[in-house]
Formats: sequence, C-alpha cells, structure tokens
Amino acid sequence: MNFDQKIYGRRRRANAIGMALSMVAMAVGLAVLLWILGVLFSNGLAALDWNMFTQDTPAPGSEGGGLRNAIVGSLMMVGLTVLVSTPIGILAGVYLAEYGDQSKTAELTRFVTDIMLSAPSIVLGLFVYSIAVATVGNFSGYAGSLALSLIAIPVVVRTTENMLRLVPGSLREAAFALGAPRWKVATMVTLRAAKAGVMTGLLLAIARISGETAPLLFTALNNQFFSLDMSSPMGNLPVVIFQFAMSPYDNWIRLAWGGALLITLAVLVLNVLARVFFRDKVRG
Amino acid sequence: MSSGSTLTTTPFEPLNPAETPVPHSGSASMVAIARRQRLQDVFFHRSTQVFSLLVLVALLGIIVSLFVNAWPTFQKFGLHFIWRVEWDIVNEEFGAAIAIVGTLASASIALLIAVPLAFGIALFLTETCPAWLRRPLGTAIELLAAVPSIIYGMFGLFVFAPLFADYLQVPLQKLLGGLPIVGGLFGGATNGMGIMAAGIVLAFMVLPFVAAVMRDVFAIVPPILRESAYGLGCTTWEVVRKVVLPYTQKGVIGGVMLGLGRALGETMAVTFVIGNANRMPTSLFSPGTSIASTLANEFGEAADLHLSTLFALGFVLFSITFVVLALAKLMIIRADRAKGT
Repeated sequence: MNFDQKIYGRRRRANAIGMALSMVAMAVGLAVLLWILGVLFSNGLAALDWNMFTQDTPAPGSEGGGLRNAIVGSLMMVGLTVLVSTPIGILAGVYLAEYGDQSKTAELTRFVTDIMLSAPSIVLGLFVYSIAVATVGNFSGYAGSLALSLIAIPVVVRTTENMLRLVPGSLREAAFALGAPRWKVATMVTLRAAKAGVMTGLLLAIARISGETAPLLFTALNNQFFSLDMSSPMGNLPVVIFQFAMSPYDNWIRLAWGGALLITLAVLVLNVLARVFFRDKVRG
Repeated sequence: MSSGSTLTTTPFEPLNPAETPVPHSGSASMVAIARRQRLQDVFFHRSTQVFSLLVLVALLGIIVSLFVNAWPTFQKFGLHFIWRVEWDIVNEEFGAAIAIVGTLASASIALLIAVPLAFGIALFLTETCPAWLRRPLGTAIELLAAVPSIIYGMFGLFVFAPLFADYLQVPLQKLLGGLPIVGGLFGGATNGMGIMAAGIVLAFMVLPFVAAVMRDVFAIVPPILRESAYGLGCTTWEVVRKVVLPYTQKGVIGGVMLGLGRALGETMAVTFVIGNANRMPTSLFSPGTSIASTLANEFGEAADLHLSTLFALGFVLFSITFVVLALAKLMIIRADRAKGT
C-alpha cells in the first residue's frame, strides 16, 4: 500500500509538472505575441497621421512625407494578383476535387501545391526575376504581381479543393440524376454550394500576399515617386518598410512603423473576415 | 413531328400504340444533346486540368531557371561550392558554406525554442484549457500565424536586439564565457545582432504556426482512445505521453518539419537581426548570414558571376526546403492514412 502510494505520488507529481509547464508555455507564447503586437501598435499609432495617405515617400534627409505611392502600388499589385490567381486557382481546385481521385498527375499536383504553399518566397522572387525582369530589362509592377500570384495560387487551389470536398455527395448525385453534365454539376451546383468557402480561401490568399516582402525585392523593386504604370518599377509597402526600417533617418523609421501597422491591420481584418464568412456559411 | 414535343407530352397523354415512338428513333435530339454535353465535359475536364498542371509547370520552371542561371557558378566551383568558405566579391571567389551554416544554425535554434513551447500550447489548448477559452485562444494563435514576417523582423531590430544584448548576452558571457569549450559558443561582441538573436526571432515567428498545426493534429485523436485511458486511471500527462503522442507521432513530426521549412526559407525576420556578415560564425553571438538574407542584401548590386552565385544559393535553398517540405508532407499523408484505418 505504501509502495503504491509512492508510485501514485510520483505520477501525480509528473502530471502536475507537465500541466504547469504547458500553462507556462501558453503564457510565454501569449506574452511574446502580445508584446510584439503591443510594440507594433504603440509605434504604429504614434506614426499614423493624415499625411501618410496624402504624401509620397520622402527623399533621403528630407522632412515629413507619407506612403501614398507605396499604398497605391501595393493595392494595384495585389489587385492584379487577385484578378490573375482567382480564376486559375479556382479552376485548378475544381479539377483536383472533381477529377482528382482518378489520376496520378492530380495526386502529384496536390503534393506540389502543398510544397509551394511553404516554399521560400525569396526563391520565387529569383525565378520571376529571371523570367520577367532579366528578359524585359527592367523591374516592373507586373513582375511583382506575377511573383505574388505564385504565392497566392496554391492557397486558392487548396482551399477551393477542400471546400468543394465538404459539399455533401448527395447534392452532386441529385444533380447527376437529373441528367446534368459534369461541368454543370461542378460549376452550378458544387461550386455554388461552396461559394463562401472559396471566398474564404481568396481572402486568406490576399492576406498572405499583402505582407510578402521578399518576392517583391527583385521584381517590383521600389519607386520613390507616385506611379500608376505597372510596366515600370513600383513603390509598395513591404519593400518601403524594409528600406526605411534599416535607414538612419528618424522620419523614415517612423513611416516604416506606420506602414507596418497598416499592413498588419489589413492582414488581421482579412483573416477575421474570412473566418466570419466561413462560420456564417457553416451555421446557415 | 418534332421528337422534343413528343417526349415532353408522352407522359401526360394516353397513347395510341401505333403512334408510340420507338425508344431510339424519338430521341435523336437527346442524343445530340448528350453528345454536345459530352464534348463540353471533355473540354471542361481538359481545361481545368491544364490550370492544375500550371502548378507543376511553375515548379519545373523554378528548378530549371534557377539551375540555368546558377550554371556558371556550378561550372567554376563544382560541388565544392557547397562547402567552400570564401566569399570575395572583388576576386570572384565564392562558396556557400557561410550562408548554409547561418541558415541551418538559425533555423535549428528557432525550432529548439519553438517546438517545446508549441507542444505546451497545443497540449494546453486540447487538454487543460477550459472550453470557453479554447476558441478565442486558438483563434488568437491562428491570427498571429498570419502576421507578416517583416513585423517580426522590425520587432527584432528595434526592440528585441537591444534587450537581448543587455539582459542575455552580457550575463551569459560573464557566466559561461570562461568555461573551456562552452565558453567559445558565447564569445564575441554583444551588440544584440547575430545567429542566436536571429534564431530567437525566428522562433517567435514559427511558434504560432507550429502550435496551430500541432493542435489540429492532437484534435484528431478519437475521443474513445482518450476516454479509455482516462478510464484506466491515467493522469492527463500520461494520456498525452502514452496515447496522444504515439497516435499522432507522424503528424507532429510533419508539423515540426513544416515549421523547419518555413524557418529555413524565411527572409525578413532573419535579415534584420542576423548581422549580415560574410564570415564564418565562431560563436552563437557572432554575426552571420543566411541564404535568404544574403539574397535580399546583395542581389541589387550583383552582376556576372556574383549574380549567378546568388542564383546558386537560391537553388541550394530551394533544394533543402523542398526535401524538408516533401518529407513533412509525406509524414502528414501517412498520419492521415493511419487515421482512416
């Protein structure tokens, strides 16, 4: 009996230590992440003012300035990326969900897509540099969009496929029983039923690319001036933040924090929207 | 008589047997419709297939273009490129060893810190967390995994590095610097920048990601297994160690390797704090460089062999991460299969 109690005590102690450590881990994790967000918000909010949206990035050594050109450039590049990667991603996702069980290539595609999801984004930048910058001879907003598309498409493909697979089989079968051809079932029944899920995937893809810096360094480069011409180098928030944060000028560093806050807010809002979208649909 | 009208009216009118259409002759337009739909289906099948193959084409394109652009470097240095230590831009003597060591060292430090923490977080979220807290905490972790990496880099540069220098590097050096072998690891300047600082900032970045994957993996353990173990009198810790972990082993390893893949290829969180020095790091505090940060820093001014060397570095990085991610994916697929049976 005495012996049993010794074992029991040891097991209890091991349990208590394990649980305490897990709580410490949770607390440390939350503390670090809140710390980072706290630093971001306090520095970012201090930098936020109206000039940030109405003035362009300042020249070295000059006072004031804003981020207008970078914000517009980022919006244009992300917009073009969405226009390109939405149809490609959704159609590829439809293929994987509708025909993907039958072929080896589909399996391989799925595997490669998953790897591309986490592939180092700076290497994608190198690739786009070699095909769209070196050949043309200048950096451009189009090249930036292409690099971002390479990141966005896998996200859209995989979420589309997963969402289509959630559509109940009976719905598909009912449509087939009515004599509908496969393409009509895919586009007008399953895709429509999975609309909210596919939207979620799109929002997540936008959130993912709006903070990407590395692939833009060698593709869109940067532009100190306001420009709407996507065939020339384009200002964009991530690269401006990168350059300004490393600079010795106080007003540049201040703008970098402001831009960082803008990007983070955009990413968080998109993520929350995606969640709300998806949850409403699942409940309804 | 149009067969279409016959078809739509037949069910409703009593038919004169003589007028009843022979099954095949009346459905000529049906056959046409079916044929058209078949064509459309084939077209739909093939066109969606083309789009899905774009991903494969992109992967092939990446590998081929990196290799072609890196060819002059591979030709000049051969396989030795990987372990050469030189990095002399003026004399065009290049080697990848410094960057590879920096990449592997910072990613390893990151995982050494992040994995135990992520395990604790996942354990807390699936086992001990009160139900009403589970969702908000889980969502918070997922949202933080989405914060762009450049934010972690800025945090590292402006906030973490100064604190790290004053409160960790100096005391650690005083404490351990005198020891024979270990001391060397903690030598060097204490300005906050370096391999160790980069590793810790990377750990912060991959922590939410790895924790979210682990939590998802832990959640697939069938409740009946857990409940049986509790029914036998196991403590929570024993349930986790002897039931949940063995059951989810492959998924957990897969999740850790996904995190490793992210850490290896990360540019922004590392570039800000690693110190960007093309010297072989001699201690955990010495500044170094990683493949990704070398690319980010030097690509703008590179030309000729230097440029091709940077492509070679990119090729090396892509190969390493590809292998790591492929293994991670295989592990996770196997874990899913095990769940299915």
